[in-house]
Amino acid sequence: MTLLEPGSELPPLRVIPDRGVTERYASASGDSNPIHLDEAFAKSVGLPGRILHGLYTMALVARAQTDAAGGPEKLKRLAVTFRGVGLPEAEITITSTVTERQGERLIVTATAKQQDKAIIRNAVAELEAG
Amino acid sequence: MTSSTEQIGRTTPPAQYLVSREAVREYALAVGESNPLYLDLDAARIAGHDDLVAPPMFAAVYAGPAFAAAMRDPELGIDLTMLVHGGQEFEWGPLVVAGDQITTAIRLAEVSERLGMHFYVWQSSSQNQRDEEVSRGSWTVIVRPRE
Repeated sequence: MTLLEPGSELPPLRVIPDRGVTERYASASGDSNPIHLDEAFAKSVGLPGRILHGLYTMALVARAQTDAAGGPEKLKRLAVTFRGVGLPEAEITITSTVTERQGERLIVTATAKQQDKAIIRNAVAELEAG
Repeated sequence: MTSSTEQIGRTTPPAQYLVSREAVREYALAVGESNPLYLDLDAARIAGHDDLVAPPMFAAVYAGPAFAAAMRDPELGIDLTMLVHGGQEFEWGPLVVAGDQITTAIRLAEVSERLGMHFYVWQSSSQNQRDEEVSRGSWTVIVRPRE
């Protein structure tokens, strides 16, 4: 665990979601919307194909925070806006920067990018300092 | 369907979720977590927790049934096939562990329309069996017009 202070970059998290990830996330979360599971259905509603669950991508952003901060109890808040869509079988990179310290909280902004496109932009996390 | 101002403040009945070890492990593996607190009961207990710890974003799972019911509120008439998740926020209190019984209350906080798209924001509050608030959620959904 590195010392975090304003200006620090958290270690980036790189993940290549495999073909089965949407099936596993659907099963684990109960969200079995066919846009995540059925290629033909996804295309019929104007998507490029089966898309990742937004909350799966958000969970990657959360993992980048908890891994860097020293555990799940350190993450006190996370807010994201979903942009575009995430797809299986292409690398996602989570980058995070500490922007300020407010008392015992560190404020972090984070981005999830896939193929140079932000799928989560301006995510804001609050971490318990120390 | 009621008008959008009348829709604000609508609630659906609180939903219960009992956290199981199997659900925590399945979720942790699905999102690629390897922290033993989520996967290994002995490791969680040695670290001082009563049971397997749920990753923070497991809030999407235990609060999910309340959110699903809110979106299906017949008074709103939302076309679920045209729905896009626009944004999400969670604030966390004490950690959730396997064995916890979570109750989630949810309320429709904002409704708006822009360029034929409808925006809905729900706010949820989840409590454990000791009445501690384990998380608060804000769920933003965009419903695209059917062409």
